[in-house]
Amino acid sequence: MTTTEIQDADSVGRQEVIGVNPEEVKRAERRERWLRRLPLLPALLFTIVVTQVPFVIALWYSLNEWNLLIPDSFSFVGFDNYGPIFTDQFFRRAVLNTIYTTFGVALIATILGIGLAVLLDRKFLGRSIVRTMLITPFLVMPVAASLVWRNGLLDSSFGFFNWLASFVRDEPIEFVGSHPLFSVMLVLVWQWTPFLMLILLAGLQSQPPSVLEAARVDGASSWAIFFQITLPHLRRYVELGALLSSIFLIQTFDTVDQLVAGAGSAQNVPYFVYLEAIGGGFNFGQASAFGIVVVVASIIMANFALRVISGLLEGEDTV
Amino acid sequence: MSDSSEIVGIDNRFTTFISGIVAWVVGLIFFFPVFWMVLTSLKTEADATQLEPVFIFDASFDRYREVLGGVAGTLTAAKAFSNSFIVVTVSTVIVLILGIPAAYSLSVKPIDKWRDVLFFFISTKFLPIAAAVLPLFFFARQFDLIDTRTVLVIVYTALNLPLAVWMMRSFFDEVPKELIEAAQIDGASLVGQLRSVILPIVSPGIAATALLSFIFAWNEYFLAVNLTRFDASTVPIWVTANVSSRGQFFAGLSAAATVASIPVILAGWIAQKRLVRGLSLGAIK
Repeated sequence: MTTTEIQDADSVGRQEVIGVNPEEVKRAERRERWLRRLPLLPALLFTIVVTQVPFVIALWYSLNEWNLLIPDSFSFVGFDNYGPIFTDQFFRRAVLNTIYTTFGVALIATILGIGLAVLLDRKFLGRSIVRTMLITPFLVMPVAASLVWRNGLLDSSFGFFNWLASFVRDEPIEFVGSHPLFSVMLVLVWQWTPFLMLILLAGLQSQPPSVLEAARVDGASSWAIFFQITLPHLRRYVELGALLSSIFLIQTFDTVDQLVAGAGSAQNVPYFVYLEAIGGGFNFGQASAFGIVVVVASIIMANFALRVISGLLEGEDTV
Repeated sequence: MSDSSEIVGIDNRFTTFISGIVAWVVGLIFFFPVFWMVLTSLKTEADATQLEPVFIFDASFDRYREVLGGVAGTLTAAKAFSNSFIVVTVSTVIVLILGIPAAYSLSVKPIDKWRDVLFFFISTKFLPIAAAVLPLFFFARQFDLIDTRTVLVIVYTALNLPLAVWMMRSFFDEVPKELIEAAQIDGASLVGQLRSVILPIVSPGIAATALLSFIFAWNEYFLAVNLTRFDASTVPIWVTANVSSRGQFFAGLSAAATVASIPVILAGWIAQKRLVRGLSLGAIK
């Protein structure tokens, strides 16, 4: 696979007004600039206040010992809360689980998504019905889906999958009880494959037909066309889909909470933070420190995602 | 991969037929859990929990009547649905009120550094809520907003605004610049331009944006769990309250899950194409 550099989006030029203007023109310009900014300000201010300020405060919390259950317990402790990030074995397990349920799921969903997108890119009878069926898992309320999977499909006595399994084995499979992490990943793959499929299908359909036609006329085989033309073209869409789904997957809460009822061996970092604070621990300082770890990971991923998005916004330059 | 020369030889119609069959099978597998949910919701509790799955039975809407009329935990369906409806509608309206002017000033008449602002908006979407919820919870407590619809409206607006700005900007970009210039020459004010020229063109895009905001807010569970207790609880919480520790509940739960999911499923089916654009933040047209 080729590794061409993603184009840097920031290099798009900004025009600057050059020239000496009399005072009045300057003032008029300034007024004009503010008038232009005005429509933006309410949305910008609202977003800063509701999304940025809490993070700064969370950062501050993380430097303090603060337990809501202990009156007047707020005191500055520096980086003490960050020690357990490296020592707490339960947190380490949560980090590991988060990696599985984020990157593991995104990887599997991407591979399945490519396969499904390729299938749906061809014309066949009832294609739009199949497409509609395939996107439905992504639309079902995640909490509702988790409960239906837990009670209807994976249950060890009357779950549908265990009925299927009973044809080949005697013992029922304790999906949720004994394999909670697997169960969470299974349901997440089911939910997110449609998302990847939609993005990749859009990618496939944005291929110029003339290029494919030309390759075919030149006698290229279907496999050669797929690997040498389609896959390189899809690369950006794969990146976009995998990154966007990872960013949402790293926040997974519903599935851990409702599918496996917060089973210890399936807890991810968001669930761990929840337990440590509002879910019962009320240890706000420590919980914030754990939360900041996710923030850092997300910022790194987001950085890559934004590059891919701006690449796509610049327009197609592949093929 | 296998020998490519062989594959070229295969009749194209035949491979298309096979791939169609495979697509149908995979589609049915992915759809099965949803089908099972709806099917179970029409059963009796006893039929829903048979060791041997029951496919043929007397379908009835009794479970729907029960879950919609009854009390799940301490929460009635009527209360959960009215809470959700109010919170989702109000937050979506605010998203549009704040988002449309913002998208305008990032697209039609872009301010300096519009690109930086745009990326700032979307970067907020990438920050995990698990970390932000603690300060939000504390502030809500401080201002007596815990368990109110107001706090949910505020956080859901913040949740959807960045996405809405991105999406609507990509629609605004498609308005021909000549039309706007013509309106300006005619002396139309900003509001006049918006109303007479821009909005008619971008209104399908705005509808799609509203739809996506609606979907995300309707399905949101984490913030609802953390910031509400009883009075302001929304539909996702009501669904989980239909799990009972006493006796069988799966048919009723399936009915609740179906009712809760249907608005979003229908909306998503109708607007498949626009969904892709919204989910890709406008990067895919």
